[in-house]
Amino acid sequence: MGIDSLVGGTIWDEYSDKVTNLMNNPQNMGEITEEEAEAMHAKLIVADFGAESCGDAVRLYWAVDPQTDKILSSKFKSFGCGTAIASSDTMAELCKDKTVDEAVKITNIDVELAMRDDADTPAVPPQKMHCSVMAYDVIKKAAAQYKGVDMESFEEEVIVCECARVTLSTLQEVIRLNDLTSIEQITDYTKAGGFCKSCIKPGGHEEKDVYLVDLLDEYEKEKLAGKASLGNDTTTAPAGDFATMTIVQRIKAVEKVVDDNIRQMLVMDGGDMEILDIKENGENIDIYIRYLGACSGCASSSTDTLFGIENIFKEKLSQNIRVLPI
Amino acid sequence: MNVYLDNNATTIVDPHVYEAMEPYFVQKYGNPNSLHAFASDTHPGIKSAMEKIYAGINSPREDSVVITSCATESNNWVLKSIYFEYILTGKKNHIMISEVEHPSVIATAKWVESMGCKVTYLPINNEGIVDAQAVRDNITDKTALVSVMWANNETGAIFPVEEIGDICEEHGVLFHTDAVQAIGKFPVDVQSFNVDYLTFSAHKFHGPKGVGALYIKKGKELMPLFHGGAQMGGYRSGTLNVAGIVGMGKAMEAAVEALDFEMTNIREMRDAFEDELLKSKDTFVVTPRNKRTPNTILISFRGIEGESMLWDLNRAGIGASTGSACASEDLEANSVMEAIGAADDLAHTAIRFSLSRYTTQEELDYTLKAVQAAVIRLRGISSSYAYAPEGHESGLDAHH
Repeated sequence: MGIDSLVGGTIWDEYSDKVTNLMNNPQNMGEITEEEAEAMHAKLIVADFGAESCGDAVRLYWAVDPQTDKILSSKFKSFGCGTAIASSDTMAELCKDKTVDEAVKITNIDVELAMRDDADTPAVPPQKMHCSVMAYDVIKKAAAQYKGVDMESFEEEVIVCECARVTLSTLQEVIRLNDLTSIEQITDYTKAGGFCKSCIKPGGHEEKDVYLVDLLDEYEKEKLAGKASLGNDTTTAPAGDFATMTIVQRIKAVEKVVDDNIRQMLVMDGGDMEILDIKENGENIDIYIRYLGACSGCASSSTDTLFGIENIFKEKLSQNIRVLPI
Repeated sequence: MNVYLDNNATTIVDPHVYEAMEPYFVQKYGNPNSLHAFASDTHPGIKSAMEKIYAGINSPREDSVVITSCATESNNWVLKSIYFEYILTGKKNHIMISEVEHPSVIATAKWVESMGCKVTYLPINNEGIVDAQAVRDNITDKTALVSVMWANNETGAIFPVEEIGDICEEHGVLFHTDAVQAIGKFPVDVQSFNVDYLTFSAHKFHGPKGVGALYIKKGKELMPLFHGGAQMGGYRSGTLNVAGIVGMGKAMEAAVEALDFEMTNIREMRDAFEDELLKSKDTFVVTPRNKRTPNTILISFRGIEGESMLWDLNRAGIGASTGSACASEDLEANSVMEAIGAADDLAHTAIRFSLSRYTTQEELDYTLKAVQAAVIRLRGISSSYAYAPEGHESGLDAHH
C-alpha cells in the first residue's frame, strides 16, 4: 500500500516512449512469403505462439540463410495489446542479422530492456511483462522448427516465473535459506510473482506446472517433517559427546545426521552427498564430503547449501565441526 | 475532436447540476445537523433534492431513500447487512446473484461466501440476459436474498427484474436490484414491481461523483453499515454531503425530463451508429437492441484485441471502454463474452460504446471513421489475418 498504490494511474502512463512509438508505428510488422524467402535464397520459418482466446498471439516470420544459419529478415504479426505489439516488434528487430543459435539466447528480459527509454525505468508496468515472454517463446519455437527439434530442448531449467525468469531450483533454495512463508516475500527476494502473477496460483493468465503456492506448501511440509525428525533425534541420537566418540561412532553419528536432516533437502533438488572422511584438525573436526548429482556444479553448493549443511552438523553434533567439500 | 463514449463508466456533470451545487461550498456550508442559521440555510436545498430523488423513482414517502457515498457502498450495505442479520444468525444460509453483477456485488458476495454462506451465481443466456426461471429453480426456504442488476453495465442488457421480484415475493425472499445503469435510460418505478432494495448512483446520470443512494422498502429496513451520529434517520451516519445531495436531486430531475429524448433520439442515433459499425466484416454485437438500454453497444471486432482498439481510438481523441484482457489489472477476459458463449478467440475483442444525451451526431460520424481506420490498421498487424505458407500448421489456437 501507500500513496502510489492507492490511486492507480492508467497502465498506459507506465509505457515507455519506445513502447508507445512502436505501438503506433511497428517497424518490423509484416510477413515474409515463400517467394520472398526464395529470392533471398533463404529458408522461410513461420512460427506461432499464444492464442487469441488467451488475449495475445504472435506469428514470427524468419528468412534464414541455410549456409550460415543467419536470420536475413525477421517480421511479425500480432494479436494483442500495445505492449504485445511493441514487444513482438522489438523481438523481431533483435533477431535480425543473428544466427539462429544467437537468437535463441534472446530472453524476454532483453526485449524489455531494449524497450526502455532509460536504463533504470521499466518499459512496461509489471502486469504487462508477460507480453515480452510471448515474444521470447516464439523465438524458441521458430528455432526449434528451423532445426527440426523439440522446443523444450532450448530450455535448460524449469522456469516458474517467466516474466522475471526465475527457475524452480532458485526458488526452492531461496525459500529454504531465507525461511520464506509468503508470496510477497518471494517477490521481494526473487521478483517472481511480481509481474503478470500467473505463477502465483492456478487460475491466472497462464497455466503452469508448478505455482509459487505449491513451493510454499512444499517447504511448509518439509519444515514439519524436519521438526518431527528433530523430536526423534533427541531420543535416538548417539549418546555422549561427539568429541569423545570413537571414529566408528563418529561415522555412524554423521551418517545418521545426513540421513535424517540433510539428504532429503538435497534429493529434492536432484542432488545428494557422501561422507569421505572425518579428521581432527587442532580444535576442529573436519568432515570431508563430496556432492553428487545436481549438487555438483550447483553455484550455491559452495556457499549457502554448504553453510546450511555445516550448521546442521554443528547443531546436532558439535560446534567445532567444519564441512569441507572435495 | 474529443468524443466521450464511455457514459456507462461515468458521465459529464450537467452544467445545471453544477450550478445548483455551487452555493453549497462557499456560502451555505453549515452542517445540517447544527442549531444555527448556517445549518438551516442548507435545509431547503436538501429537502427539495430529496423530493426530486423520491419522485424520480416514484418512491412512497414512507419508504426510505438513503443517500450513500456511491453505488458500491449501497451494494455492500445490502449484502453485508443481510449476512449479519440472516446468515450469521443461522436463520438462512443462501443468497443468489447473477454471474455478471458489478464487482461491488460479486466481490461482496464472494466475501459472504467465504464466511460460510451458500451463493448461487445465476448464468446469463446467449443474449446476455439472466433467465428468471433460474431464480425459481434455485430458490429455497433458506434463501435470504436475491440480488440481480436491472441493466448490465457492459452490454446494456435489461434483466427481468419484475419477474424475479414476483418469484422472490412468492417465496418470501428479499429482492435487491442494482439499478445504476437504469436511471435515465428507462422509467424506474419502485411501485411497479416487487423490489425491497434498489441501488443507484448520481454520476451515472450527469450528477456528481461520490453520491449514491439505496432505496429501502418500509418494513425491510437494514441494520446500518455506518454507525455514528445517526444522520439519515440513523440508517447511515456521517455528515450529509449537502452539495452532493443537491446535485443528485437536480440530476435526477433532469434525467427524468430527458427520458423521452434518451429513449427515442439517443436510441435512433445509437442504432444508426451500430448499423454502420456492423458493416465492417467479422463483427458482432451482444444482446438484441430491443433488450438493452438505449445508449449501449458492446461490439466485437475479430482479430483486434480490445486494448489495442482503445489505444487507436484514444489517439483519435475518443474515449470508449473494454472490460477485456489487458485493459484490466487482472488480465481476465471479458466476463460477458465468456458467459454468452462467444467463440474463445473473441473473448478479448469486445469494445463498449456508451452514449449520453450530450452525444452529437457529428461525434458519432467522426468516431465511425476512426473505428474504421483502426480496424484496417490493427487487422493489418493482427496474426489473425496474417499470411501463412501452404501446409503451415497454426499454433495460434493452442492454449498457452
